[in-house]
Amino acid sequence: MEQSSKQYDTVIGLEVHIELSTETKIFCGCATRFGAMPNTQTCPVCTGMPGSLPVLNKKVVEYAIALGLATNCRINQRTLFDRKNYFYPDNPQNYQISQLYETVCRDGSLEITLDAEEETERESEIPEKTSKTGQNAGKKTTKTVRIHEMHMEEDAGKLIHDESVGISLVDYNRSGVPLIEIVSEPDMENAEEVIAYLEKLRMLCLYLGISDCKLQEGSMRVDVNLSVKEAGSKTLGTRTEMKNLNSFKAITRAIGAERERQIALIESGHEVEQETRRWDDAAGVSYSMRSKEDSKDYRYFPEPDVPPVLISEEWISEIKNRQPEFKEEKAARFVAEYGIPAYDAEILTQSKHLAALFEETAKLSGQPKKTANWFMGELLRLLKEAGKEPEELIFSPKHAADLIVAVEAGKINQANAKEVFAKVVEENVEPVSYMEQHGLMNLSDEGALQAAVDEVLVENPAIVEEYRSGKDKVFGFLVGQVMKKTKGKADPGKVNELLKASLTKM
Amino acid sequence: MELLQMSVRAMSEKIKSKALGVTETVSALQKKIAEKEPGLGAFLTINDAHLKMRMDEVQKGIRSGRYAGPLAGVPIAIKDNICTKGLRTTCGSKMLENFVPAYDATVVQRLHDAGMIILGKTNMDEFAMGSTTETSAFRLTKNPWNMSRVPGGSSGGSCAAVAAGEVPLALGSDTGGSVRQPAAFCGVVGLKPTYGRVSRYGLVAYASSMDQIGPVGRTVADCRALYECIAGWDEKDATTVKYDVTKTLGHEPNAEERIEKLKGMRFAVPKEYLGEGTQEEVREAVNGAVKLLERNGAVVEEISLPLADYAVAAYYIIACAEASSNLSRFDGVKYGYRTDEAEKLHDLYVKSRSEGFGEEVKRRILLGSFALSEGYYDAYYLKALKVRRLIREAFDRVFANYDCILTPTAPTTAPKFGTALKDPLLMYLQDADTVAVNLAGLPALSVPCGVDTEGLPIGLQFIGNAFCEDMLFTAAEGYEELRGKFPTAWEQVGSGKAGER
Repeated sequence: MEQSSKQYDTVIGLEVHIELSTETKIFCGCATRFGAMPNTQTCPVCTGMPGSLPVLNKKVVEYAIALGLATNCRINQRTLFDRKNYFYPDNPQNYQISQLYETVCRDGSLEITLDAEEETERESEIPEKTSKTGQNAGKKTTKTVRIHEMHMEEDAGKLIHDESVGISLVDYNRSGVPLIEIVSEPDMENAEEVIAYLEKLRMLCLYLGISDCKLQEGSMRVDVNLSVKEAGSKTLGTRTEMKNLNSFKAITRAIGAERERQIALIESGHEVEQETRRWDDAAGVSYSMRSKEDSKDYRYFPEPDVPPVLISEEWISEIKNRQPEFKEEKAARFVAEYGIPAYDAEILTQSKHLAALFEETAKLSGQPKKTANWFMGELLRLLKEAGKEPEELIFSPKHAADLIVAVEAGKINQANAKEVFAKVVEENVEPVSYMEQHGLMNLSDEGALQAAVDEVLVENPAIVEEYRSGKDKVFGFLVGQVMKKTKGKADPGKVNELLKASLTKM
Repeated sequence: MELLQMSVRAMSEKIKSKALGVTETVSALQKKIAEKEPGLGAFLTINDAHLKMRMDEVQKGIRSGRYAGPLAGVPIAIKDNICTKGLRTTCGSKMLENFVPAYDATVVQRLHDAGMIILGKTNMDEFAMGSTTETSAFRLTKNPWNMSRVPGGSSGGSCAAVAAGEVPLALGSDTGGSVRQPAAFCGVVGLKPTYGRVSRYGLVAYASSMDQIGPVGRTVADCRALYECIAGWDEKDATTVKYDVTKTLGHEPNAEERIEKLKGMRFAVPKEYLGEGTQEEVREAVNGAVKLLERNGAVVEEISLPLADYAVAAYYIIACAEASSNLSRFDGVKYGYRTDEAEKLHDLYVKSRSEGFGEEVKRRILLGSFALSEGYYDAYYLKALKVRRLIREAFDRVFANYDCILTPTAPTTAPKFGTALKDPLLMYLQDADTVAVNLAGLPALSVPCGVDTEGLPIGLQFIGNAFCEDMLFTAAEGYEELRGKFPTAWEQVGSGKAGER
């Protein structure tokens, strides 16, 4: 794709907004529930009524500290809020309470995991594969991305434009919903690293339970700062900021396109302009939103209504002690403790909830490997079919474990077990009574099974004859007939055993 | 006017003991208001709609014992930048001409809980920006002592209403002297509490780091009673503190006890506050008050507080910077004034704000926006914050040795209409005696200490250490006893001098 033989390095830094899943807003007691009727979750504070005052939600600080600790940040013992002034109707006060000078966290880092081959390839600007959960899980390298700072701020409302009548409406339900913004250093070189960084960050947030980090719903928003420079050069190029990136795929595409655009500018003797651009994913191109010249002067100053937040060592260690076991540790422990393959452990820990369900089920069933098989196979297939997230799973591990135990005890055959498993997963049914009610149990009565075998042998003399003349292949047919007669409830192993014995006796 | 000869506590006692009816009290004041208002102009809104209901409620509440506190049944007026649910709150601005708040300010809630009755909302300089109440978009308020004089500002309506006997008590707000200075000009008592002492929730913000709601009354005791009602921590204002508020309970000290308490109390008189620019009669009155205290056992020493010179500049930079941000919510989008002719969003902002705000407000928004702009922030705003810290430290040093600082409340008595706004810079400099207190977050009280040759009142300012309101009241009550009864405007007008002991 490149016009000249010159080689370029890409330099990428990210600004990520995470919408926190606190019960209430950052500066008032209003609910943060997504999807409520417009302006039903508002009060004088989050609609900017004259005279109202913000009161900081302590939970937001706790969440920020927790994420700061998880990303090796230095926690500021005295953190301050600042006002960012700009006029826009989604912002009821025409200023946003944010942090500029003394932010809650600073100087952190994230270790990201990359596929080894991708790393060594010099010109892998648009990696085809962004998933690092492939089968070659062994060949990985790691890289550290530094975090510049992390701060707390309030979200704005939502503008709804009604083109048909030419009016714009504002919904302030989102106004005052807490956000954490994580600003990285420009330490990433390609889309693969960016996605790895975002996945890692997302996973930390999910494990901490502080956000659901959905790009499509806007609970995770990513701005990409990108510049290019001649390979090996120490001087950074002029960067642009890319907005409106609503999926990992869009991010990957936008990074590729922006790199190409900047290189093309440089090669044609032009300069890259410092500006903010908006990505149009459908068109696969970006547009300039505003240049540096008309960049806004936000007239930041210390927020007088929110006193400094003092963060004691005690508070920090209290939060530290409550930190969950994160994905990597958990996956490693699953391998060591339950003897499941690293690949399975990697998949099962993609969701904290899924991992918890697995672990509980494995413990209750006493069959960790079988549990892993059920989860990796049936459970993930069911989720995929239903288009659901692991977080939406509602079944009790006891029910899943009871079923797995029943299977292993030969009380139900595989086919029926799958049917019951689906019921457990979808409706959390109690599997044993369900099996009984629907007659899905294997025939445990050997007499009844022997009777069925005998009947089949009597009803199929020709086949029996064939078998006895050495045609082993027809054995399967006889098994099938017994299964049919028992409506599938027989344990196939047991049927085999009894059939063989009966045929020999004949 | 027997009603207004008694203290507010006495009034409440009479009402609670049924010697005085709620309706009777309110009617008497309404009559007074009807009589005075056409000439005085202290009120912007009279509380007609809710008054009858409220009177019944208070009468019942007193009977049932729900309202048993020291101010139950007492009527009050509220400055029009304090939100009152269902009652128009204009901030003296065209921008909020028809704004009816959906909630009560915390102080208003506390007045309700105490069984007080709100008679109306008082005039003020637009968004509290001004020292004469002349920047109000709606009307002029006259000084009850002399109708050709301003009442001071920005709480000019509240102070004039109390001085004219329309109400026994009123609430004002003080960002740079806006309670104390009009109290001085109108011959009444006004307190600016310690920053963080009284909730600002529901006070339409001018300069958030300095705004405080303060009580206005005819005497120190009245002012104190109202202060005790509104002060104290509020979960809705994160800048309020959880320190206890001393309440006056049971026995009130008599005159001798009040004077006795002055013995050994240490007062500092900074010479800078009595220098050039201070009207001769003001200097004399303050010196007279100082001597009176000294003669009665107080320790008085002259000190130097040179940073006062920088206070006005630092104050206007910080106040305007905060105001430029606080007032940005008035944009014609959600409530308040909206221009009729705007095509685009930017137009809507520019026109609504240009048409809705008055000159002084626009001047301060521009000043503040400039001070916060990239490239100027360090030179103006940060420098002002440094001055602010130095001023605070200078006060700390004084309070290490003294209980109280005494100064004039204002360098002059009330000027004539139309003089102050001619030269804004000169008008700002008139705030020199009051703004340092706001920068340092300290409590200060203005008490009348005399009149000039034209019969205009002069205020004596008592400045205390943070959260030492109790001490301030004690000192001021002692002084008040020594001074003797200060005449009221309605007794005084046209009759000459105020009495001195």
